[in-house]
Amino acid sequence: MALPAHLRTLAGVEGEVHLELGASPSFGALLDALEARHPVLRGTIRDHRGTTRRPLLRFYADGVDLSHQPLDAPLPASAVEGSEVIQVVGAIAGG
Amino acid sequence: MPRVRLLVGTRKGAFILTSDEARQKWEIEGPLFGGWEIMHMKGSPLNPDRIYASQWTDWFGQVVQRSDDGGKSWDAVGNEFSYDGVAGTHQWYDGTPHPWEFKRVWHFEPSPRDPEVVFAGVEDAALFRSNDGGAHWTELSGLRTHATGSTWAPGAGGMCLHTILIDPARVERMYVAISAAGAFRTDDGGGSWAVATGGLSSDFLPDPSASVGHCVHNMAMHPSRPDTLFMQKHWDVCRSDDAGDNWTEVSGNLPSDFGFPIGVHAHEPETIYVVPILSDSQHFPPDGKLRVYRSRTGGNEWEALTRGLPQEDCYVNILRDAMAVDSLDSCGIYFGTTGGQLYGSSDSGDTWMAIAEHLPTILSVEVQTLP
Repeated sequence: MALPAHLRTLAGVEGEVHLELGASPSFGALLDALEARHPVLRGTIRDHRGTTRRPLLRFYADGVDLSHQPLDAPLPASAVEGSEVIQVVGAIAGG
Repeated sequence: MPRVRLLVGTRKGAFILTSDEARQKWEIEGPLFGGWEIMHMKGSPLNPDRIYASQWTDWFGQVVQRSDDGGKSWDAVGNEFSYDGVAGTHQWYDGTPHPWEFKRVWHFEPSPRDPEVVFAGVEDAALFRSNDGGAHWTELSGLRTHATGSTWAPGAGGMCLHTILIDPARVERMYVAISAAGAFRTDDGGGSWAVATGGLSSDFLPDPSASVGHCVHNMAMHPSRPDTLFMQKHWDVCRSDDAGDNWTEVSGNLPSDFGFPIGVHAHEPETIYVVPILSDSQHFPPDGKLRVYRSRTGGNEWEALTRGLPQEDCYVNILRDAMAVDSLDSCGIYFGTTGGQLYGSSDSGDTWMAIAEHLPTILSVEVQTLP
């Protein structure tokens, strides 16, 4: 998955993050795996209960907006196969 | 030889500045946490190498950083601020009920008694305590659940708990200030709270002398006189000599009694500082002149301090947590502006110099006097 610059800096990662998921990968499982590898990201993408996406963030993959899907919805096959990147996108800032 | 370390939080990161006792040449390190808003940084009075930073953006929420080596390296610690029990509602701007929602940490206050204890003042207004250096946070919910809590309403900047003062001789006594709820005092370490607004008057309230609803911008206390408090309010500079039970206005001859920060000289408990701005609708200095005002009489009689500060075409603001004093023999005072200028004086405000001139908008300034 691809994180916005602020979160890459916070987590100390460069480029995309590759995560191993179980047999039925969902977006919730993806975020669980991300936060397990990088605990500093807890609370920065969704709340600490793991249920509510922060309002200025959106999730996209393979041209599809996943932001409003249930967390237990399956990930797109292309993302699971690794041919597409799941993107965490922050609202653009003006100024 | 003593040294001074400035902790500067800005809209786009943190900066740490260091100097020797002369305070004329400064080394600037930063930006740390570039791109993030650093609401506040503060060091432990018991262990100055332990520093807390409130790192935040609207996008990614709250992160708490802690350094144990004076800011050379940082580790993210606990960032879960959960209200105790059912949070309930406070008043929204239009007077309707609005759920209590955590947004960010405005101010950290490390304990003067225990280096592992630190308090956090947050928006929506509440006070949290950590007993393990910021790893875990517990709300001191007696404040939020005060009988008046459901009537509190935000100021334009949010309903923030921005000031925490701890009586160093009796740490169970603390004062907090909330915009726009007012001032509160606890004598039992945060379990129960009393309104500390007697005598305040705010014309924008339906009842100007109501016990809550005052928009307190900042409070200050000299550690040797913990019952004497100074306040910069949304209009009016005030003082109390009975721990906040009764306040009197001491605006005196100020050109405007609107402003945000207020500070007390390190060695003169009756010497106080404010930076007046024109009004609630015009947040810039009167006449385009950046003037710190000093009173050596605890208020009422004020003198303008101008040497080294811009005296024409200056239209910046100084936010509530953006002024601090050091404790060197010749007291230093520092403040940062919304224009990114950081000014300092090493002689109690008689003369000033620009320490940095092109930082991002400065949100907070703290100073550490190091041995």
